[in-house]
Amino acid sequence: MATPQSTTDTGLAIAACALHGNRPTALLEVLHEIRARRGGIDESDLRAVAGALNLSRAEVYGVVSFYGDLRVPAGDPALEVRVCLAEACRSRGAAELAAELEQHGVVVAPVYCLGNCALAPAVVQDGVVHGRADAASVLARIAGVPA
Amino acid sequence: MTIRVFVPRDTAAVSVGADRVAAAISAEAERRGAAVEIVRNGSRGLLWLEPLVEVETTAGRVAYGPVVPRDVSSLFEAGWLEGGAHAMRLGPTEEIVWLREQTRLTFARLGLEDPLDLAAYERLGGLVALRCALDLDSRAIIAEIEASGLRGRGGAAFPAHIKWRTVAEQPAGQKYVCCNADEGDSGTFADRMLMEGDPFALLEGMVISGLATGADAGFIYIRSEYPAAIATMSEAVRRFTAAGWLGADVGGSGRRFSVEIRRGAGAYICGEESAMLESLEGKRGTVRAKPPIPAIAGLFGRPTLVHNVLSLGTVPWIIAHGGVAYAAHGSGRSRGTQAFQLGGNVRRGGLVELPFGASIDRLVNGFGGGTASGRPFRTAQLGGPLGAYVDAAMLGLPMDYEALAAAGAMLGHGGIVVFDDSVDMAKMAKFAFEFCAHESCGKCTPCRIGSVRGAETVGEIIAGRDVAANLALVEDLCEVMTDASLCAMGGLTPMPVRSAIRLFGEDFADRLHGETV
Ligand SMILES: Cc1cc2nc3c(=O)[nH]c(=O)nc-3n(C[C@H](O)[C@H](O)[C@H](O)COP(=O)(O)O)c2cc1C
Ligand code: SF4
Ligand code: FES
Repeated sequence: MATPQSTTDTGLAIAACALHGNRPTALLEVLHEIRARRGGIDESDLRAVAGALNLSRAEVYGVVSFYGDLRVPAGDPALEVRVCLAEACRSRGAAELAAELEQHGVVVAPVYCLGNCALAPAVVQDGVVHGRADAASVLARIAGVPA
Repeated sequence: MTIRVFVPRDTAAVSVGADRVAAAISAEAERRGAAVEIVRNGSRGLLWLEPLVEVETTAGRVAYGPVVPRDVSSLFEAGWLEGGAHAMRLGPTEEIVWLREQTRLTFARLGLEDPLDLAAYERLGGLVALRCALDLDSRAIIAEIEASGLRGRGGAAFPAHIKWRTVAEQPAGQKYVCCNADEGDSGTFADRMLMEGDPFALLEGMVISGLATGADAGFIYIRSEYPAAIATMSEAVRRFTAAGWLGADVGGSGRRFSVEIRRGAGAYICGEESAMLESLEGKRGTVRAKPPIPAIAGLFGRPTLVHNVLSLGTVPWIIAHGGVAYAAHGSGRSRGTQAFQLGGNVRRGGLVELPFGASIDRLVNGFGGGTASGRPFRTAQLGGPLGAYVDAAMLGLPMDYEALAAAGAMLGHGGIVVFDDSVDMAKMAKFAFEFCAHESCGKCTPCRIGSVRGAETVGEIIAGRDVAANLALVEDLCEVMTDASLCAMGGLTPMPVRSAIRLFGEDFADRLHGETV
């Protein structure tokens, strides 16, 4: 779950809520914001957001646990590789690519379609989508050597 | 004279190096003292040729591709700024057969200019429809939509005008337009390309739908996997607002319409319209029971017009050219054009807009040129992860809603994913169940539990254990999921599974040696 450890610093959560006018309907945007800034959403965030948006902690927790983006703590974007494992990418060996990368010690996070299905397989590294990916090009980018 | 050079900014083009190509062109031009203006246009949709770079010569636009940075110097050497010969020269863009044979209506402007250049948008026919709609009453606008025969492009193909009329007929008060840009289906990218390549068209369509239905607020729900679409749409909203086409006084008419961009958070089910509405309200994306339909009680319980990106993006063409002109294209009850998306193991993948009724063969082998691997074609999955697999014997089928449904398949959002003969269909069937298990909203048991049991059972079949009994069990699970699921997530997952078993039974039966997966 998305609770790495509880901190007592709720400033970020409160600021994120304020940015969205403390509207409960902006809950997803608020949670996106916290996660993007801190990498994860912890117990004190849940409580702070619940308080600011006038929701129960359970409601906030329910939303965090529902959505793939919010559930898992953000990995180090420079090291983590998101590999598309949906059908079009599978037709071009995405499952094998993911396995090969894992053998090289790469942290692989699955994603289901990046809208780059004509240039499969597709991966995301450091926030950028790459098409026609293979292990060599992915590893070269991790090593900082442009392909 | 400054020569314009077009390097697409579309995610697909950037994914194979368009940004680096743009930088290389600008550096090389500077080195040579050549007067070049680089325009970051949308993609033309010939994705297999990306980065496809165009030079605007006195004789029109000439295409080169796929360009890699190290070729840039030789392109200048070859005199490409005058359209010079080069191994990568594809000829005048408009004459490339793959493009020329298409019927680009929804995507008429795709790749022509910088997508955020509002003046260029107007020069290319943008805003004609909105200006016209401001002079029409609600009934007249809806009559055009009805005449066009437009059906929802998100998958369910429901006649658009019925939803418009229902929302329009609800008592005055707060109403909404919600654009579904969750595009989660594997093999689809047309929504993304329209948002990245012609964002004002979507906004124009939304404003017109608001005028017709009495809604004055719109939302675009874009999946988080599409950051470039989110950025482009957000900027387009700012520019459209600054120009007075959104806001309190649309085009000086005294009518109001505003648009907000919202992003999803990695949940496929939020493409289902009621789950999307829940998500827009800041909640878990669980599917709502119907009735009530969103047109009567949608976002925050108010009447809401929910449409896919392509449905709304086609509205300006229909209003500008007339519903009858749109309905002149197509086959049977499938009127107009469909943006087909060719992906997966296909040689020439990309966006192919054609009138409904084109055969699968024309798309896969004609436009697509067969498999990318060069191995024999085995199957294609039509209409996303909930769609059926077809075999070579079915390639003659026309891509039209009714014809495909009669053959046990579906058109969905127009995606076509090609596989060669190395595909293991039992593994694809297992994946269909796994995807359902992963993405189920959890509200009903057949979907939540059935998908998990289904994946386990196909796993047993792959391992070669009790194949006949396990196939019977899979069939039972499919029957329950089809009949008793609340929405199409659970209800249609059996479609890829059953079609795989029916057409490629040998992949399930011949597990003599067994395998563990
Ligand atoms: C599981 C599931 C996923 C869906 N995903 C999408 C989607 O990503 N985009 C979309 O426009 N419609 C999607 N739909 C269809 C919507 O529920 C709805 O029919 C559509 O947005 C209505 O717009 P239209 O009339 O323009 O097609 C999905 C439906 C289901 C059951
Ligand atoms: S079929 Fe699946 S996704 Fe649809 S409502 Fe039921 S549990 Fe949710
Ligand atoms: S299936 Fe991988 S990008 Fe679409």
